[in-house]
Amino acid sequence: MPEITLVEAVTQALAYEMGADNNVVVFGEDIALNGGVFRATDGLHAKFGDDRVFDTPLAENLIAGITVGMAAQGLKPVAEFQFMGFIYPGFNQIVCHAARMRNRTRGRLSCPAVFRAPYGGGIRAPEHHSESTEALFAHIPGLRVVIPSSPARAYGLLLAAIRDPDPVMFLEPKRIYRHVKQDVPDNGEALPLDTAFVLREGNDITLVTWGAMIKETLAVADQLTNEGLSVEVIDVATVKPLDMDTILQSIAKTGRCVIIQEAVKTCSVGSEIAANIAEKGLFDLHAPVKRVTGFDTTMPYFKLEYDYIPSEARIKQAVMETLEY
Amino acid sequence: MSEVIKSTVAEFNITYTQFLDESGKPSQDLPSIAKDFDKLIKLYRFMVFLRAFDTKAINLQRTGKLGTYAAILGQEAVGTVIGELMQKEDILAPAYREYGIQLQRGMKIQDILNFWGGDERGNNFANPHDFSMCVPIASQCLHAAGAAKAVQIRKEKRVVVAVCGDGATSEGDFYEAMNVAGTWKLPLVFIVCNNQWAISVPRHVQSAAGTLAQKAIAAGIPSEQVDGNDVIAMHEVVEQALDRARNGDGPYVIEAITYRLHDHTTADDATRYRSQEEVDQAWQREPIKRIHNYLVANNKWNDDLETKLQEEMKAHVAEELEGYFNMPKPKATDMFEHMYETLPDALLEQYEIVSQG
Ligand SMILES: Cc1ncc(C[n+]2csc(CCOP(=O)(O)OP(=O)(O)O)c2C)c(N)n1
Ligand SMILES: [Mg+2]
Repeated sequence: MPEITLVEAVTQALAYEMGADNNVVVFGEDIALNGGVFRATDGLHAKFGDDRVFDTPLAENLIAGITVGMAAQGLKPVAEFQFMGFIYPGFNQIVCHAARMRNRTRGRLSCPAVFRAPYGGGIRAPEHHSESTEALFAHIPGLRVVIPSSPARAYGLLLAAIRDPDPVMFLEPKRIYRHVKQDVPDNGEALPLDTAFVLREGNDITLVTWGAMIKETLAVADQLTNEGLSVEVIDVATVKPLDMDTILQSIAKTGRCVIIQEAVKTCSVGSEIAANIAEKGLFDLHAPVKRVTGFDTTMPYFKLEYDYIPSEARIKQAVMETLEY
Repeated sequence: MSEVIKSTVAEFNITYTQFLDESGKPSQDLPSIAKDFDKLIKLYRFMVFLRAFDTKAINLQRTGKLGTYAAILGQEAVGTVIGELMQKEDILAPAYREYGIQLQRGMKIQDILNFWGGDERGNNFANPHDFSMCVPIASQCLHAAGAAKAVQIRKEKRVVVAVCGDGATSEGDFYEAMNVAGTWKLPLVFIVCNNQWAISVPRHVQSAAGTLAQKAIAAGIPSEQVDGNDVIAMHEVVEQALDRARNGDGPYVIEAITYRLHDHTTADDATRYRSQEEVDQAWQREPIKRIHNYLVANNKWNDDLETKLQEEMKAHVAEELEGYFNMPKPKATDMFEHMYETLPDALLEQYEIVSQG
């Protein structure tokens, strides 16, 4: 079995579920013949045709709005936003309708849709192509926000997202679209949503992260392991709703926690995790929780993007301070 | 210098249709529906029912028994005709002033009152696919486009109807929905209920476009204006648009010219921004009296029937109020029940707090 990248795993999941469920339709900007600017929908149009894989006019609010309409009428739409930085025209439809359709109608209508968007920095892209604004969506009741961080999790979580009866924001960390390859069997097996994944088990400290920051976090974990420390690494994966149980259980064991995220610091998913730890895990802690995050600045143009994105050095320093506290 | 030659590459015109003038007299040769008196009486009766309901709802709000309510006074013909012509399996994407349609498609007075009475259960009405009242202006136009795409993909013979106001035509959602409906040739009919006002903002402030119907031209969709207070004209124009869409000939935009005789909602005071003179003039054009006069002129209606009808409709409305008044308050935990199909574990703790009161 050939090994595949994260973005190829996205394609594989889409193809699998389109084959399994005729109600799944895929659309967005440049996703049909072109296969998407990152090639996430490569080959789907050839395989499933115009009715199930189609380009939309260039309007993100339109993409979000028709997704709501299709989902309410029994389709399982998977909409692609070309970049998360361009999702905002569709914010109204996602927040005011996708997230509320089931609640508003007491379950008469619902929104079983997936809104996919590549997000995050690190690919030397122009302005508006690099932000990490998952917290905007995590704030909204009724949504799920799911972020894969490996090919296997991209495959399993995207299948789960499409099958989920409620709207899911599926945010793809494009910096690691092609970072690693994995053997991902195309067996249609979904991974659980609302569940954090413990990637490394350890006793000395818990590193909590998601998305592309998995890359630096695992690298730091490896260095520390080589230095004789026992490091637990948790991939949050579903940042809304949060699986705090897994994080709190880990902290009960390690007593120390560093949260690593690419997004800006203030009012972020990391803030929420830290607040939950303060509420429920305070007396397990041997040191204050630390957050290593992007800065509360506008995402810089790419010359400075790696000054903004938490580096291995910043993560390591935070870990050492927490361990030595 | 010689004159620059510029050739015309596109031209358009927008028609306006009216059959009955303000007083109910024919303003041109009448179509066959005008001789279908059973149908016209049915529509007339329904409009009288709507007005009885509307009057009652305003009254309920004034006496503290209802939240803010958006009246349909003066606009009854638009919804009445659309509701009459839509098929059961069609899909409606309404704004919040379309009771005339909704009451013919499974929604009950009780549901409407629940909606304005602060209770989501009003949106859980007896129609499996119609969208519920949409408050963010024009956003329902895109739901309609998505629904129409679903219909098209499944090769069903259904039509989707999006209804929005004149103000809504300034929103991007309206333009985006028309644009995609045109390029995808969707089975979608847009009906702009132009009641001349968007709260306090008059039609001419919304747009310099001479008609709202012409906005469809840029999307490559045919469109027209119709006297929305003339039941017969509405019937002709809407029927043709629905038939076209059902037969695969694509979308259509209808601008129905009417007038909002009441305040925007019960929370509004229209005397702040429009003259009594304008409202008095609009009353001359209102839809119910017009068809009433036409029926009387054709000896199909009389004072006796009218008195009976008024009594009947008031009683009918009163009967239906019981359900609303007897509706128990929702349980506090109902807030959680439909956030997701299955309540995520992360919400259990909050659910418990609420369930323990
Ligand atoms: C997106 C949005 N902006 C503002 C409002 C507040 N608002 C409610 S009704 C209304 C006017 C709508 O006018 P029109 O589309 O003509 O419909 P009408 O009320 O006249 O039927 C406004 C501004 C809203 N509901 N949604
Ligand atoms: Mg209006």
